[in-house]
Amino acid sequence: MFVARSIAADHKDLIHDVSYDFHGRRMATCSSDQSVKVWDKSENGEWHCTASWKTHSGSVWRVTWAHPEFGQVLASCSFDRTAAVWEEIVGESNDKQRGLSHWIKRTTLVDSRTSVTDVKFAPKHMGLMLTTCSADGVVRIYEAPDVMNLSQWSLQHEISCKLSCSCISWNPSSSRAHPPMFAVGSDDSNVTYGGKVQIYEYNENTRKYGKAETLMTVTDAVHDIAFAPNLGRSFHVLAIATKDVRIFKLVPMRKESTSTGPTKFEVQTVAQFDNHNSQVWRVSWNITSTLLASSGDDGCVRLWKANYMDNWKCTGILKGDGSPLTGSSGQPTAMSTVVGSSVQTSQNALNGMSAGRIGKRAPFAPPLRQLTSPKIYQHPAYY
Amino acid sequence: MSDTESLFNLNPSKIPAVSDGKHMGFAWGPGDILVYETLHKASGSSFIHEVRKDEDIYSPILRKLFNESHHIFVGLQTIREDLPSKSRKPQFVSISKNYRSVIRACMEELQQVAVSTKDGEASVCCLFQVSILLAIELIWNLCEVLFIDAAPAGSLLLHLLDWVRLHKADVDEKAREVLQSDSPAEHRDYWDVPSGTQTLTEFDVKWRHWHEEVDRCLQDNSFASNKHLEIICKLLLGDEDILLDHKELLGTWYHFLVTRLLFCHPTVKPAELHYYAQSCMTMFLDSRSVPEPLDSILLAAFEFDIHQVIKDCSIALNNWWFVAHLTDLLDHCKLLQSHNLHFGSNLREFLLLEYASGLFTHHSLWQLAVDYFDHCPEFGRVYLELQIERVPLDTERKALKVLRICEQRQMSEQVRSICKIMAMRALRNNRLGSALSWSIRAKDAAFATLISERFLQDYCTRGTFSDLDLIDNLGPAMLLSDRLTFLGKYREFHKLYEEKRFTEAAKLLLSLMTAKIAPRSFWMTLLTDALPLLEQKEVIFSADQTYELMYCLGELTSSLNSEATGTDRPMQVRISTYSLNPAQITVCKIKAF
Repeated sequence: MFVARSIAADHKDLIHDVSYDFHGRRMATCSSDQSVKVWDKSENGEWHCTASWKTHSGSVWRVTWAHPEFGQVLASCSFDRTAAVWEEIVGESNDKQRGLSHWIKRTTLVDSRTSVTDVKFAPKHMGLMLTTCSADGVVRIYEAPDVMNLSQWSLQHEISCKLSCSCISWNPSSSRAHPPMFAVGSDDSNVTYGGKVQIYEYNENTRKYGKAETLMTVTDAVHDIAFAPNLGRSFHVLAIATKDVRIFKLVPMRKESTSTGPTKFEVQTVAQFDNHNSQVWRVSWNITSTLLASSGDDGCVRLWKANYMDNWKCTGILKGDGSPLTGSSGQPTAMSTVVGSSVQTSQNALNGMSAGRIGKRAPFAPPLRQLTSPKIYQHPAYY
Repeated sequence: MSDTESLFNLNPSKIPAVSDGKHMGFAWGPGDILVYETLHKASGSSFIHEVRKDEDIYSPILRKLFNESHHIFVGLQTIREDLPSKSRKPQFVSISKNYRSVIRACMEELQQVAVSTKDGEASVCCLFQVSILLAIELIWNLCEVLFIDAAPAGSLLLHLLDWVRLHKADVDEKAREVLQSDSPAEHRDYWDVPSGTQTLTEFDVKWRHWHEEVDRCLQDNSFASNKHLEIICKLLLGDEDILLDHKELLGTWYHFLVTRLLFCHPTVKPAELHYYAQSCMTMFLDSRSVPEPLDSILLAAFEFDIHQVIKDCSIALNNWWFVAHLTDLLDHCKLLQSHNLHFGSNLREFLLLEYASGLFTHHSLWQLAVDYFDHCPEFGRVYLELQIERVPLDTERKALKVLRICEQRQMSEQVRSICKIMAMRALRNNRLGSALSWSIRAKDAAFATLISERFLQDYCTRGTFSDLDLIDNLGPAMLLSDRLTFLGKYREFHKLYEEKRFTEAAKLLLSLMTAKIAPRSFWMTLLTDALPLLEQKEVIFSADQTYELMYCLGELTSSLNSEATGTDRPMQVRISTYSLNPAQITVCKIKAF
């Protein structure tokens, strides 16, 4: 694998989340500098920052895109105990020429009493639904009944998970055989009890979400969780980032016709990897669920793949080279600080807010030296 | 790095400017992964890196390989399964040769570029690609000889000779050496087998007899006077030591193998090959050198271990193109036993899915991938559904292309979704006509209603319609939603009015209210539209129609009730006055308010 391109993100503090939109042509970044930036990819592959604005009064933990069927919509969540929904407004023509766009806040969700740790949109077949989870252990599901009016959201479900929540993931399956389902991970660090992952399922009869399964074998804090794309299978696959990388298979057991409770599952551990040898912070599947990526405390990103016999193996590692980026004149990319800062300033002028933490401004990175892309490592086709 | 990782020789790819002690965050994208330095649960500055697998799909020359092999692949899938294997085999051999000729054409082009370019790095890159393709062609050719053509003893050696010679010709730019050109040419004369004039046994007897002759000549020093001739004699007897003395001319152990077989065991049977192959490889490579991946692959082929060949190729090469196409061909030849996977697919499908998924990230090659998915019965459809949704809809033309593919395969959910995305995009940019036509295509009644409302609002504020062409030609699509029907009919009313077909216009206008096609909110506008018709010199509205108009007005005002304004009364009065004319004296009830 090789580094095709490096982008100076120009956040004034740590980036906590990066999210690609559905088509992979836009991305959003969020940071401890309380702002969100939106980037557009041009035809030649260069990324341009088209919007940058302050979104919260605390670190922004996650940012996520709604499905493009609902337009250009983002949601963010923060340490400031709120989650927010943003919509892009098609701007004036001169703005378009300058490659800028505006995002306005449609709603703020203030129900949580603690830091909101994750925000995710439910699968599109469920309508426009947003889910948050908080350090106070509550999962909230909101719905916008009128997709043309994003300022109206109603709190449909409030689910108390008893443990501090760090992450949620919806099962993307839209099959009729699978009622809506999501998994919640808890970063509660008391290892004396298990069940740091809970699975909730929607019940048509009670019109509520009920707990379908608790993964008792997960006893350590869970930092991230991800359902794999379904591929028409009858069972579900769930990846978990905890003290190691775990992949579970949830096989629905046949329901008796009289049963009205949640589906019972047979839980199988498909794989467990401790290669990171440390806490694993993120897990995420690619589109076809053929590759899982994980990142850990060891500063590496690892890629995992199953061969055609369904045996999982690590097929790639990304590791920081430990170098600070050396500055030199080099070719200024679209991400050069000159352009970056002017975008920042104009946006700030429009929004009337100042970005960055008070008293702490990280120095701007020097212009990026154009990287040649040496082929570092042959990525074998794992069969 | 853990033990298993060092075992598999996984060297981490280095990401710049990510210091020790920091974490790496990431996000999956189409064909790439975004990586950034961060520290989960703590607080630094920030770079985002786009990391990609080495991708041949971006090479313009290789693109031809993908395009042309796609063509061959599709042809292969349509070969009739019911024909007897006797007639199918030549077809498969011909297809195999087609694939190989495509590889060779690509090689040649790359070679030309490597030679002609001034860019050193590009030249090196091309030559590297050439060497990979050389290896691929070599392996494929051998597989064709051993597995697809399945040459029996006798012609087997002929094929192997061709194979080695072709490869030597590729690699060797020097003039043909004595060892290469002379021996096969000489011995060509012995090969009557292709012409079928003698059986293998007859030939074998003759050959042995000749072999003994040569040996006897050598023993009694017939050629002692001419050292050169003596050497040739020894070679003809397949003397290992002499052959190995000329190692550098042979070049490779498999050349050595074929030469030795030629001189010692020309009637070698396929099943015997691996004995000779193993021993030749051992003899040729000195004890210090380790067999390269290519050597193991060829050896596996000589051992007729097809699965091992495929497995080793997958590991040695970093793209799926070769293994996917070769495995597919071997599967058609019924040479692969299908292993049942946990989710029911097999090796051929697994490889094709991997290959095609890789194509999908390319802005134009993704269209080739569609055909590959079509021929993967187990998971092809669902893979296609998942990936085609993600194709960026940059232009309307591209969106239509994607739609056509989905419609052809009855992927109705994808069709609906893509149309909805386009409709939404158009609506956000205030292109109502485009939004409407996409909604109709999506069969999205709710959205069509919404857009029709916007059209009507537009009309109310500006007094004209936009996108007349679209609305005039709605046809049966009009029935998608009530509001859309009303929009269409209302426009029709305007057209009739413009054409001065007042009676028909009047009738239509009235029916819009009485048949409840028009939303109540629009009735005031409609009644106002009725006024100019009432103002005409001739009577347009009949007495009954006028009564109905008044009734509608009454209904409207009573429903508005508290919102009713004083303007209603003058309107009420006007209607009843206009209906009185010399020809028709009608007494209308005037409702007092």
